[in-house]
Amino acid sequence: MITRLLIANRGEIARRVIRTCRDLGISPIAVYADPDAGADFVAEADRAVRLPGSSPAQTYLRAEAIIEAARRTGADAVHPGYGFLSENADFARAVLAAGLTWVGPDPAAIESMGSKIAAKKLMAAAGVPVLPDLSPDSVAAEQFPVLVKASAGGGGRGMRVVREPGELAAEVAAASREAESAFGDGTVFCEPLLERARHVEVQILADQHGTVWALGERECSIQRRHQKIIEETPSPAVDQAIRDRLTGAATAAATAIGYVGAGTVEFMLAADGSFHFLEVNTRLQVEHPVTECVFGLDLVAWQLAVAEGAALPAEPPAPRGHAIEVRLYAEDPAADWRPQSGTVRAFDLPGVDSGFAVPGGFGLRLDSGVSAGAEVSTFYDPMLAKVIVWAPDRPSAARRLATALAQARVHGLVTNRDLLVNVLRHPDFLAGDTDTDFLDRHGLRELAGAPDDSVLRASALAAALAEAAGRRAAAGVQSRLPSGWRNLTSQPQRVSFDSRGDVVAVDYQLTRAGLQTSTVDDSVLVDARADRVVLDLAGVRTVFAVTGYDTPAGRLVEVDSALGAVSLLTVPRFADPADRVEPGATVAPMPGTVVSVAVAVGDELAAGAELLVLESMKMRHRVLAATGGVLAEVRVAAGQQVEAGTVLAVIEPLDDGGEQA
Amino acid sequence: MTILRSTVDASTPDYQQNRAALLAQLAALDAEHAKALGGGGQKYVDRHHGRGKLLARERIELLLDPDSAFLELSPLAAWGTDFPVGGSVVAGIGVIEGVECLVVANDPTVRGGASNPWTLRKSFRASEIAAANQLPLVQLVESGGADLNSQSEIFIPGGRMFRDLTRASARRVPTVALVFGNSTAGGAYLPGLSDHVVMVKGRAKVFLAGPPLVKMATGEESTDEQLGGAELHARESGLADYLAEDEQDALRIGRRIVANLNWHKQGPAAAADYAEPLLDPEDLLGLVPTDPKVPFDPREVIARIVDGSVFDEFKPLYGASLVTGWAAVHGYRVGILANARGVLFSEESQKAAQFIQLANQRDIPLLFLQNTTGYMVGRDYERAGIIKHGAMMINAVSNSTVPHLTVVLGASYGAGNYGMCGRAYDPRFLFSWPNAKSAVMGPAQLAGVLSIVARQAATARGQVYDEAFDEQMRRTVEEQVEAQSAAMFLSGRIYDDGVIDPRDTRTVLGICLSAVHTAPVSGAAGFGVFRM
Repeated sequence: MITRLLIANRGEIARRVIRTCRDLGISPIAVYADPDAGADFVAEADRAVRLPGSSPAQTYLRAEAIIEAARRTGADAVHPGYGFLSENADFARAVLAAGLTWVGPDPAAIESMGSKIAAKKLMAAAGVPVLPDLSPDSVAAEQFPVLVKASAGGGGRGMRVVREPGELAAEVAAASREAESAFGDGTVFCEPLLERARHVEVQILADQHGTVWALGERECSIQRRHQKIIEETPSPAVDQAIRDRLTGAATAAATAIGYVGAGTVEFMLAADGSFHFLEVNTRLQVEHPVTECVFGLDLVAWQLAVAEGAALPAEPPAPRGHAIEVRLYAEDPAADWRPQSGTVRAFDLPGVDSGFAVPGGFGLRLDSGVSAGAEVSTFYDPMLAKVIVWAPDRPSAARRLATALAQARVHGLVTNRDLLVNVLRHPDFLAGDTDTDFLDRHGLRELAGAPDDSVLRASALAAALAEAAGRRAAAGVQSRLPSGWRNLTSQPQRVSFDSRGDVVAVDYQLTRAGLQTSTVDDSVLVDARADRVVLDLAGVRTVFAVTGYDTPAGRLVEVDSALGAVSLLTVPRFADPADRVEPGATVAPMPGTVVSVAVAVGDELAAGAELLVLESMKMRHRVLAATGGVLAEVRVAAGQQVEAGTVLAVIEPLDDGGEQA
Repeated sequence: MTILRSTVDASTPDYQQNRAALLAQLAALDAEHAKALGGGGQKYVDRHHGRGKLLARERIELLLDPDSAFLELSPLAAWGTDFPVGGSVVAGIGVIEGVECLVVANDPTVRGGASNPWTLRKSFRASEIAAANQLPLVQLVESGGADLNSQSEIFIPGGRMFRDLTRASARRVPTVALVFGNSTAGGAYLPGLSDHVVMVKGRAKVFLAGPPLVKMATGEESTDEQLGGAELHARESGLADYLAEDEQDALRIGRRIVANLNWHKQGPAAAADYAEPLLDPEDLLGLVPTDPKVPFDPREVIARIVDGSVFDEFKPLYGASLVTGWAAVHGYRVGILANARGVLFSEESQKAAQFIQLANQRDIPLLFLQNTTGYMVGRDYERAGIIKHGAMMINAVSNSTVPHLTVVLGASYGAGNYGMCGRAYDPRFLFSWPNAKSAVMGPAQLAGVLSIVARQAATARGQVYDEAFDEQMRRTVEEQVEAQSAAMFLSGRIYDDGVIDPRDTRTVLGICLSAVHTAPVSGAAGFGVFRM
């Protein structure tokens, strides 16, 4: 029996495992990197061991440090979660060698699936349909488009779509570099790209006694950059006949490698019902909760039970209803999915029925890695939480989940929330017409849901009025006098807000006759307080919940209403000259680490020349010269951490004979 | 504790008529205020904006704390004169970084912000207010200097401006000058004598003599920038403490200067919480009779301006023509003296003198609500010593040292103006309602007096009195007195600090009381000899 379980992971999945530990009476032990010292999972574990450092390589990927942590805390088993060392056979072996129970499949099974190239051969031999392998050196022109994949990959890293033969070599090289950096193995391979295909996977649970359950399929077609963001079960494209074939293939795959524990066999499903093997994930998947909800199971509890030697019943429980999961990320879909870092100021989801557990019936489940006050760093995956809904049928599930997300208060960081809501409410999604190109086909800008101009203006007006009320209440003198009172009025009060790069100017004046504003037509102020503004908008009374935060970037005002959530950064009344960026300066587009600097002071650069490479959230971004000229200053060096907005380099325009100002 | 109740009935024809009349007067007032707001007119406003400059009030709006109140003072200065309404300068009380300040800004759209005699008087009044209430003085400077056409009225008295500045500094009241443009010749002493000086790069111009005069005086060739640019003063002469990148930056720095003044109110703090009046201030428009000869109950006014409509009357049964009592406005305690039936008799005078002494014993500011036709005249009253008793009241008002605030609600005639703390008695603030009238006596009375005197003179000379001439003379005099006793006329002469909407009375008093409490509040140690 397991008594103390070391969780070799962080965030949401660590909390998920802790929850099951509590159910079973197992003592959970956490490990944590320095940026996670204040994280919820660390506080919730019975004991926690620091892994000094920040980057995954220094911390969660250090097998020996984790095993040492298990030894020091008297843990008798290790759960790897997903990502990090979860599919590292050497780590699994080291855990076993240390006399600990490994919550996962046999290292040999991990290893056999660790190389995607080898895995495909093995599966083909077991009769599982696979796509042909294309050697990166010899792809014929008619075989394009192709998908470049990292053999050791996962999570979309090292994956690239190549449509033009001429671009293949460069993309293969880039994918290889990314794979080398992420997985320590730069091997890549190519496959024909299946367009308008669906990503469908089968949850496998196998015990040590030969019983293999195939717990239905999950569809995970809604992806951004090959990373899943919406997952559901059952798939609207899978009927019982396809399901039987899929589960049969998955069971065959698991049996072929002697799989034990929870795993997932992934397939690409074409419109004609044919499917091809993608890979086996020899671990728990991020999206496991949808399966849990539909089958009424605790997969982590079963992982532990199987690791303890328990036998599965002959047949799995029957599935019922429908479950959908969304992944809430701190990223800006409208700005090229730019990852966000900073403080989560508020995180409230109305109507949550359970956390990390199957809700009892029609319900909302929240598996969250963060809570208000949490810091999201650039070191790890920017996923904040998973929100899962179970309902008797798919439309009900989609509606409940969309509404819950729309009403959530997520403050402090830009998230993909609006995108998720818009997808869940999209007619094509509701019709079950989903495939891996869904976001591209429907237009990211459309789906990313920049708020409607009228919503933006009404929300900005509410923000301004709430902030004014707050300032009045906090004023040290004349606090109770009418807001903005004038005996001679020369102009209204003015404030501007930045909403993801768009500036909204608000004017307002509170007079004896009520609110005067040119920002929103036909608006009447019913009530304004620091945290709540009620406006009558063309006869419709609308309540705005307003929350202001002082952040390093400035005064952030989050406005939540039935019209949607709007995040506004107050434009300062005065620009401090010290903050003004000199012309020609290139600033960091996002926080991250400088990987390399390609230029030196004195270089003559054309506009668009690469200045340096910035790594953020595992993505490498090339920072280019915005203008041509001579490089006057480089303010950063490789290895340096930078914040968004940090001046990286300054380019002086070439003297064109004109006088310099 | 007495909560005042009202007998005002909004449905009566009188009420509706009163309200209509006051609204018409307010509309006329707005039209005059609009002239002050318009500065030098659209052409000059556009030109100023075209130079990338902010208007005086745009500068002030950026200087003040967002959503705080701003009470403009003497906005009608120069009304009824040959000079533009407003006196080419904006003055007022505003809150900067939580500190109530007296803000004075030249209006450069009016003849380049040049000072005329009214600019001067308005500025003097502003410095007086700053001095009496210990308000930091923040000046937004851009002035072409003295308006040369009226230099004879400006040059000699104008020196007081600089004297006041350095005396304020000597009394440790902070002075801040933000220089946006010209501040030359004598004007150069304005930054020269201020505690804190900010100059806008490329805009501020501060020198004793410009290039032409220097050329004439010494033959030296020079530019404006070399003689008095912001860079010169920030880097070389040291006259500027801060070099501002632009106008906004100057205002930003100005706010930081005030934030660092470490300025605290020395008067007692207002109550932390208090109730708003229970009665609607809107009624103030309906309860003032159109005819100034018809008195009205000041308790109806008090009930609409004091906290919770609570008013504890003092000596209610004695000298009932003057209402006295205790109340609070925006959390500040006040003693109120309000005329009830116009006339001040001996009892009223003695009651007032006693009440004023009590307020001084208790360090409570006084609020005078004027609606008086003066002290009673006539044989019986003279014999009973009305002069003596009126003198007691004037003695008490004159020597009282608690802050006084005066609002002219209606009539302010004769020595009643003095006893009820008129302009000459240095109330910290004095505001008028648009219907207010102040004069030595009513127009009809004044014309009648002149008529009687003329008739007596004619009779003495044995001439026949020309009745037609008399009629003509009386009408002319009445019209002239009427015009010269009007609120706007007197406000134009800076005999008050502004004409206000009666519905704003509570707000204006709130700002004034808060400002007044920046300085210590303390009653008089002694009074003049009371003639018993």
